[in-house]
Amino acid sequence: MKIIVNGEEKEAQSALSVSEYVTALGFDPETVVVELDGQILNRVDYADRRLTEGCELELIRFIGGG
Amino acid sequence: MLQVNERTCDFHPGLRLDDLAQRLKPEADVFIVNGFPVPPATELHDGDNCWLIKRGEHISLSEMEHLLYARHTPGVQAKVKDSVIGIMGLGGLGSVVANALARIGVGTLLLADYDVVEPSNLNRQQYFIDQIGLKKTEAMRQNLARVNPYLKVETFDDELTESNIPLIFKHVHVLVECFDGARTKATALRVALTMLPTVGYVGASGLAGYDDNNVIATRKIRTNVYVVGDGEAEAKPGQGLMAPRVGIAAHHQANQVLRILLGLG
Repeated sequence: MKIIVNGEEKEAQSALSVSEYVTALGFDPETVVVELDGQILNRVDYADRRLTEGCELELIRFIGGG
Repeated sequence: MLQVNERTCDFHPGLRLDDLAQRLKPEADVFIVNGFPVPPATELHDGDNCWLIKRGEHISLSEMEHLLYARHTPGVQAKVKDSVIGIMGLGGLGSVVANALARIGVGTLLLADYDVVEPSNLNRQQYFIDQIGLKKTEAMRQNLARVNPYLKVETFDDELTESNIPLIFKHVHVLVECFDGARTKATALRVALTMLPTVGYVGASGLAGYDDNNVIATRKIRTNVYVVGDGEAEAKPGQGLMAPRVGIAAHHQANQVLRILLGLG
């Protein structure tokens, strides 16, 4: 299915959870802030929320150091 | 009319700064007009704000506050002096951000860090050898008081969490995320976006090593919410954190705080 990630169209396996999708990108989900269809997700919802056809995902990933 | 060292003086066309100095402060050797140093022969204009300063002189406390900001763009000080800024983490980023904001004369800094100053911090953090072992909140309070005695400093020296961040920082105008850990950074932004919707926010991600200066950028997430960094350079074995590049990112953060306070966020 097609989804929009940070403004760009991407192909994603259907029914993946947010957590699975972010992990597949190679990121630790704990280091990513996720907005799904305009709503900031709580960390506890990453495992349950599923991606759907055409959904819009904004990912803000953090790198250590400060 | 002119403002000269806090006093009001008459203006007449053709008046030069050195005429004024001859009359009011002949020993002056630093001349500032409207926040900018100028030669003594500068011709003045009606409404100019002038400072006549003798290098190294001791001055009264009332003059001090104005002199601290004599080099600022006029009008900036009035807009930042009542602001309250929260800083989460007083390491390489937070200690630099705190100094920059103290120097521009923000009203109150709310500083949070649970750690103490260690020798390995001194490669980039704004502390001194004789402060090793002190709580960072206390060491930074001491240092900032030497920079700007008019700054109010409040401190929180326990760990920041998802549950206490919204309570501690609910009254700040801008919250600056200066943590070290990636997970803590993500948590802080998530909390800010969901629980502190009216607070400005400036985070950081990607500032280790000595890669190109110019890939460090200030990225807008939404109105009044920004993340600074290159998004790539992680602190890890083989890629340390060093004063120059951490400082670049920290000053991006501090300038973005100022821009938010000035309504440019």
